Amino acid sequence: MRSSVAALRVLVSTRKGLFVLGSDARRRRWSIEGPHFLGQIVNHAVLDPRDGRTLLAAVRAGHLGPTVYRSTDGGRSWKESAHPPRFPKAASGGDSVSHVFWLTPGHARQPGRWYAGSSPQGLFASDDGGRTWEGVAGFNAHPDRRKWIGPPGDAPPDGGTLHSINVDPSDERHLYVGCSSGGVFESRDAGASWTPLNRGCAADFLPDPDAEYGHDPHCLRVHPVTGDVYQQNHCGIYRLDRGRARWERIGRAMPKAIGDIGFPLVLHPRDPATLWVFPMDGGTVWPRVPIGGKPAVYVSRDRGRRWRRLDAGLPRAQGWFTVKRQAMCADPLDPVGLYFGTTGGEVWASFDEGASWSCLCLHLPHVYAVEASAAP
Amino acid sequence: MKVVLPTPLAEYTSRRREVEAHGATLGELLADLDRRHPGIRFRIVDEQDAIRPHIKVFVNRAQEASLDRRLDSRDEVLVVAALSGG
Repeated sequence: MRSSVAALRVLVSTRKGLFVLGSDARRRRWSIEGPHFLGQIVNHAVLDPRDGRTLLAAVRAGHLGPTVYRSTDGGRSWKESAHPPRFPKAASGGDSVSHVFWLTPGHARQPGRWYAGSSPQGLFASDDGGRTWEGVAGFNAHPDRRKWIGPPGDAPPDGGTLHSINVDPSDERHLYVGCSSGGVFESRDAGASWTPLNRGCAADFLPDPDAEYGHDPHCLRVHPVTGDVYQQNHCGIYRLDRGRARWERIGRAMPKAIGDIGFPLVLHPRDPATLWVFPMDGGTVWPRVPIGGKPAVYVSRDRGRRWRRLDAGLPRAQGWFTVKRQAMCADPLDPVGLYFGTTGGEVWASFDEGASWSCLCLHLPHVYAVEASAAP
Repeated sequence: MKVVLPTPLAEYTSRRREVEAHGATLGELLADLDRRHPGIRFRIVDEQDAIRPHIKVFVNRAQEASLDRRLDSRDEVLVVAALSGG
C-alpha cells in the first residue's frame, strides 16, 4: 500500500475553518494548508474516494444558514451547492436545517451519490456530486420519525443530529444511520423504508431496559470490506450480531477503571477484527474528558474480546481535551496511520497503528472532524 | 429599491454591500435578490420562511419579522448579521 500512495491528506474541520495536513507515504514531514472558510463552522469535510478529487464541506457561518461547498480541484476553489440540504416547506411547525453535520460518499457503484445528515435529524441525498440535495423522504417523512428522535426541545445543547451514515459495501441499497438521539436505523431499500436497530443496546436514560428506539449512538462504523458493524454509544461499545439483530456490548471487556464511554470509533481499513476507541469520563456529571486527565487510545484486535491501552507519546497527565465523534480516523496505509483532533486544536497521529503517538500540529481552532485520504 | 447587506453576505454580490432588488413584499424582494445573487436567500431565511435567528431585517429602520410586509419602491431594506457568539 505504501508504495502505491504518493500523497496523503488529512482534512481537519474546525469551528473556525478547514485546514489540510499533507504528507507523502512516509508520513515523516507534514505541511499545513488553509484555512478555508475562515471564521465559518466546518462540521465535516470529506474527499470522494471514487474520483480522488471531489471535496465536499459542510459549512455554516455563525450568522447565516447552513450550506455545502464543493471543490473539484483539491480545495483551490470552492462552489456552493445550488440547492443545499433543506426540509420541505410545511404548513406549520416544519423543521429547518440548523447545520449539515455529516457527509458520506455513496457506494462505488453509484458515482455522484452522496448522503448528508443534518441537525435536527434529517437525511439528504445528492446524485450530482453534491451540487444539489433532496431530502430522503423515507426517513424525513417517516410517520415514526418524531417519535424516534423525540420532541424538538429534547435535544443536546448543539441540537440533535443525524450522523454515521454508512453504506453496506456489498449492497448499495442497504443503509445505516445514527441519530443522537433516536438510535440506529437501517434501510434495505435505498432509504424508502427504515427500521430501528437498537435491540441489545443500553439506554440508561430510558425507562425501558430494552427500548426499540430513543438511544444515543455516538459513532457507528461499518467495515468497508466485510460489512461488520460496530458502534460507540453513549452507553458503551457494541458489535452488531447480524444473525440475531442484536448488539453485543464488547465494551464490557474494557478495564473497569476506564469504562467504555466515548465518542469516536475507528475501524481498521482491512482487518474487520481491529478497532480503536478513545475512552472518556462518563461518570458523575459526564465530564467527557480523558479519564484522570491521561489521554489514551484503546485497541482491540479480536472484535472487542480484549482491549489494550495505547498511550505512548500522549500527555502523561493534565490532558483534558475531548475528541469528538468525527475527530478520529485511519488512513489506508500499511501500517495504518491513526489521527485524532482535539477540542483544544491539536492533531495527534500514530503511524504504527497506535503503538506510539506524536502531535502533528497545535493551535488550531476546536476540531470537529478529521478525515484521511490517500492519492496515487 | 436599495438593499443594504452585511459583510458575511457580500460573497454573493461581488463584495457589494448595497444592491438593487424589487418586490411588493419582503418575501418577493428576497426572491428577486436570490434571482440576482443565487443562494443568498437561504442564508437569510430558512426553508420555513423564518428569518434566521442571527439575522435581522429592517425596513426603513424598523425591524420586520414577516415576509408578508408590504414594500414601497422608496423603502430601504437593511439586512444585519446580529450577534452569534464566539
